[in-house]
Amino acid sequence: MTILILAEHDNAILKPATLNTVTAAAKIGGDIHVLVAGKGAQGVAEAASKIVGVSKVLLVDDAAYEHALAEPLAAFLVEIGRNYSHILAPATSVGKNVLPRVAALLDVAAVSDITGVVSEDIFERPIYAGNAIATVQSRDGVKVVTVRTTAFEAAGPGGSAPVETVSATGNPGLSSFVSAELSKSERPELTSARIVISGGRGMQSGDNFHLLEAIADKLGAAVGASRAAVDAGFVPNDYQVGQTGKIVAPELYIAVGISGAIQHLAGMKDSKVIVAINKDEEAAIFQVADYGLVTDLFKALPELAEAL
Amino acid sequence: MKILVPVKRVIDYNVKILLKADGTGVETANVKMSMNPFDEIAVEEAVRLKEAGKATEIVAVSVGPSGCQETLRTALAMGADRAILVQTDTETQPLAVAKILKALVDKEGPTLVILGKQAIDDDCNQTGQMLAALLGWGQGTFASDVALGDGSVTVIREIDGGLETVELKLPAIVTADLRLNEPRYASLPNIMKAKKKPLETVTPAALGVDVAPRLTTLKVVEPAKRKAGVKVPDVATLVDKLKNEARVI
Repeated sequence: MTILILAEHDNAILKPATLNTVTAAAKIGGDIHVLVAGKGAQGVAEAASKIVGVSKVLLVDDAAYEHALAEPLAAFLVEIGRNYSHILAPATSVGKNVLPRVAALLDVAAVSDITGVVSEDIFERPIYAGNAIATVQSRDGVKVVTVRTTAFEAAGPGGSAPVETVSATGNPGLSSFVSAELSKSERPELTSARIVISGGRGMQSGDNFHLLEAIADKLGAAVGASRAAVDAGFVPNDYQVGQTGKIVAPELYIAVGISGAIQHLAGMKDSKVIVAINKDEEAAIFQVADYGLVTDLFKALPELAEAL
Repeated sequence: MKILVPVKRVIDYNVKILLKADGTGVETANVKMSMNPFDEIAVEEAVRLKEAGKATEIVAVSVGPSGCQETLRTALAMGADRAILVQTDTETQPLAVAKILKALVDKEGPTLVILGKQAIDDDCNQTGQMLAALLGWGQGTFASDVALGDGSVTVIREIDGGLETVELKLPAIVTADLRLNEPRYASLPNIMKAKKKPLETVTPAALGVDVAPRLTTLKVVEPAKRKAGVKVPDVATLVDKLKNEARVI
């Protein structure tokens, strides 16, 4: 039994989501190979070779894979993936885009966003925005699975796997990359940050997010937002934490001016410690918060920044 | 240019779900059902393309039991021209739905298929990608903007770090993310008109598709519950607790 993991990277850096996926693979059992598909991604392959538990890294270096377009990447994965018992990827925007395409080309089911491994073919996954957990069994020859990274620890360093270069399979020519507009931030990424501080509609404006940023900078935290804050135009959509945004599970999650809609809770309720700051003491967020502070956030945030 | 829009009937997003006592799934009997919210966005996008003179016909499709007719009527009231129900009482998983949709695409010949990115019941986020694979078409998933060109479509996608723009050859698949548009409410006259629009019913067998589930659901349980913690009186106490009790800062 050998598992193939599609590495998440930007051609320069191996993204931490890959490490969590390796841990999920280790729970399934068997050899673990990591595929680095990109352009000029030699450094990523070397980083992947050092993950503990990885027995081989496959590097395919071609312009077709530079932007992780689903069409060429899935075509390649289908070619090499047939020989594997499982194909795994983190449930990121790349994994969610590519793996179902691979599954359909292999005529197998895809198992999305697993949060638990019961056995080599039985997995747990949240449904209904995390309001229920389904245990599902796949009997297909190749199991195609995306992994919810917050549900698995990151695999550590200590490996020394060989890197094998493999040939590209060409580009079906259905799609082309035009441009990307990535949010620039000095702060950690939302999905891998140890601490996240998020603002909701209670922040009242995008400008007021600087109150959260001041605290984030002191704590080394990432800044997030509820869907209400995104819909109100306070911050861009990639800040969004929730069922329709990013799923996070940091050690500390601070929810500020967030009421606690199911939609939002689905994205953060697995955080280790949750703090809620809200002036409405009936707000649903207090039902999941370890520490609740009922107060005006415009009073509390400067005090908190001062106290840290 | 024809657009195909698949729509799924799901438990209304405002309903708090109840699990069946025997742990086999979620109770759907006597529960308010609606069109999957992402699919409403897909229908809206198709209707806007038609209103802009870029599409000529919108065909709404649903796969499932007879109750899906209601969902299709909603799509018709929003502006779809006709509807097809692929009727089955079997649980249809994304691969099976993608195969059914492929059979319909082969028959109908649309230039664009717009789907919701994900259904809010099984949260799979697979059908659009699978349909694109089976058709050998390009896929613009998690779309927040769709611009039709000559022989191509430019899609702005919501990705983890921000936005990405891709260009796809037509025909193509688009899956709708939240910010693509705000779906309209169907007006009463349009709801009345929708009742007279054509709704055809076929079966998976007639389309030559085997819908047998590939994944077996062994059980469905409630997630571990979080307990509410304590209220703290002020910021100083909060910082103290975080430092000395939770030890997270």
